[in-house]
Amino acid sequence: MAIQQIIFIGLLAVVIWLASRSYGQILRNIRLGKPSKLEGERMVRLRNVALIAFGQQKMFKRIIPALLHLCVYVAFIFTQIELIEIIIDGSIGSHRLFAPLLGGSYTIVINTIEVLSILALVATLLFLWRRNIMRLTRFEKPEMAGWPKNDANIILLGEIVLIIGIFMMNGADGLLQALRPSEYPATGTLWLSSVFANSFFGGVEVSTLIIIERIGWWLHILAVFGFFLYLPISKHLHILLGFPNTYFARNTPKGMMSNMPEVMNEVRSMMGLDPDNGSDVSAEIPEFGAKDIVDLDQRHLLAAYSCTECGRCTSVCPANLTGKKLSPRKIMMDVRDRMEEVGDKWSDHLIEEKSNGKVERRFDDGRSLFDYISAEEINACTSCNACVEACPLLINPLDIILELRRYEILTRAAGPAEWMPMFTTLENSGAVWQVAAERDDWTNDLKVER
Amino acid sequence: MKKLFVLSKDFPNGGGPELLFWVGCAGSFDPRAQKVTKAFVQILQAAQVEFAILGNEEQCTGDPARRAGNEFVFQMLALQNIETLNMHKVKKIVTTCPHCFNVLKHEYPPLGGHYEVMHHTQLLASLLQEGKLQIEGGRFDGQVITYHDSCYLGRANDVYEAPRSIVNHLDGALVEMKRSGSKGLCCGAGGAQMFKEDEPGSKRINAERTEEALELNPDVIAVNCPFCLTMMTDGLAEKDKQEKVMVYDLSELIVKQL
Repeated sequence: MAIQQIIFIGLLAVVIWLASRSYGQILRNIRLGKPSKLEGERMVRLRNVALIAFGQQKMFKRIIPALLHLCVYVAFIFTQIELIEIIIDGSIGSHRLFAPLLGGSYTIVINTIEVLSILALVATLLFLWRRNIMRLTRFEKPEMAGWPKNDANIILLGEIVLIIGIFMMNGADGLLQALRPSEYPATGTLWLSSVFANSFFGGVEVSTLIIIERIGWWLHILAVFGFFLYLPISKHLHILLGFPNTYFARNTPKGMMSNMPEVMNEVRSMMGLDPDNGSDVSAEIPEFGAKDIVDLDQRHLLAAYSCTECGRCTSVCPANLTGKKLSPRKIMMDVRDRMEEVGDKWSDHLIEEKSNGKVERRFDDGRSLFDYISAEEINACTSCNACVEACPLLINPLDIILELRRYEILTRAAGPAEWMPMFTTLENSGAVWQVAAERDDWTNDLKVER
Repeated sequence: MKKLFVLSKDFPNGGGPELLFWVGCAGSFDPRAQKVTKAFVQILQAAQVEFAILGNEEQCTGDPARRAGNEFVFQMLALQNIETLNMHKVKKIVTTCPHCFNVLKHEYPPLGGHYEVMHHTQLLASLLQEGKLQIEGGRFDGQVITYHDSCYLGRANDVYEAPRSIVNHLDGALVEMKRSGSKGLCCGAGGAQMFKEDEPGSKRINAERTEEALELNPDVIAVNCPFCLTMMTDGLAEKDKQEKVMVYDLSELIVKQL
């Protein structure tokens, strides 16, 4: 067994072990939320995955970033073929195993990957330009300062390294095929990488070419390994979670708020109507709405991990556009940050409580989502659904904002002072304004024919 | 004008017209929105559509309470309304308020209230389409009309075409704002913002939206919601344009041409 093969297998094992830990942590964190009720048909959900995640349908509301993103996305999908080959080659010590197996189609596949890689490279450079030189407004909001901005740039630079790796590897390989045909199986002409090879290392000695090919190969796979292990701490996790997120996304009309059966039943019994399903009204004062991530649906937590911080939501938010503190993207980022904090602290802050002879465990570190999101932010929301409409991945920041408001009003009894008289008037007179008039007074001055 | 039926007064033993007109708080109490209510009534009668109202039995649907986060007040109002509607065996509802429309349509069924719910622009569009409503035309000749999508009719319920088809029945030119349809910008009133001051910021949302509309030099800003009506009217007043540009509900545009 060659040394490279041993190193590769060892490295692969380490990567798998590390990934199972970090991805396992993500799954555990998502499960901290309440199980989501999936409404709507399975076929509709699958169609959403096909059209919105796989087909990028909603990206095309903004054509320029959609086309650039498409280049990177298609290149990413196609490069998986080469990646599978690299992993097999690395594990069993073969070289370009697929070349003799696929024959002419191998040439087509690799040439396609190379063309897509160049397109992805152009797109990546333009993305870097948009973020760092053009400084598009949506990338410059306060929540993007520091790590989020660096995170985006790290990913883009990583992509460039990956693409350079591909061209070093394929370019040197093409030259070696002519010099050492027994060790380097023919791939057919790879147009782009042969141009690359001839201009950068044409006429280089065989021993050097062999090293260049290896450096390219290792650069490629190390970039992929690094990428894979980096995703769990990056906004770029959307390349994996975007798919499940569109499947689990809420499927009901956007204007519909979730019902709260526990409140409904309490009000029903208060009004002398039978509680809906005979469930008893609990004596202890329950907490309503969401205070922390454990009160949110799992689908909201999955959505927070799926958010790639593109800011389309924030760029159309009427509150944000008029200078208010609310930014729907920040809501998603805060949910993720808090989720990771809770996940990290979980076992250190579990409190055991005995109730009815049963021991219940609950997490309490003295903090909550409200340490991340201020009342000023959630109170600025007009519930207009622009953020929901804008998200290419069906993320719904509005649902989270409204759950936080429910906590603010129902459990904390806080909220904007002007809303309190509104609630009182609604309760007492059934009208949203305090008025002396009767509801049908407007009919009085109608000129009715007798 | 013909007699207006009130379910509890005119049909205490059931029966009555198939269609209920849900007037809403704004339509009942706000002087400007009352004009919309009356315009709509006049159109329904002109088109010989039989309908009734709930009168004093109607209460707020609970929309602002629910969106502010107060589920208790919402449930109280909603359950009382559902009691009333079910007692009168109401099957079909039309309303001039997209917030009422959204709540009646989507949020009452889980509470036991199942009705066929229409927004008035949908009903008006189909009356015009079917020729049951005849308009003279000519009143808006050569005028520029821009249409402002309300969030709860537009994005929340994907109703974009019906209101536009009404404008197309008039003779004015429909000119779209940059942000329209599913990209329409909120007037600033939704989510119970109508009933509180804006959070600190650089400007009011209605100012932002009004400026966008004014870029088109319109004669009329057409709306479908009593709260958008208030917000856009206030926005124009702030810019001192209330003499030049008029804000009308779509039903008011029709009533001017009956």
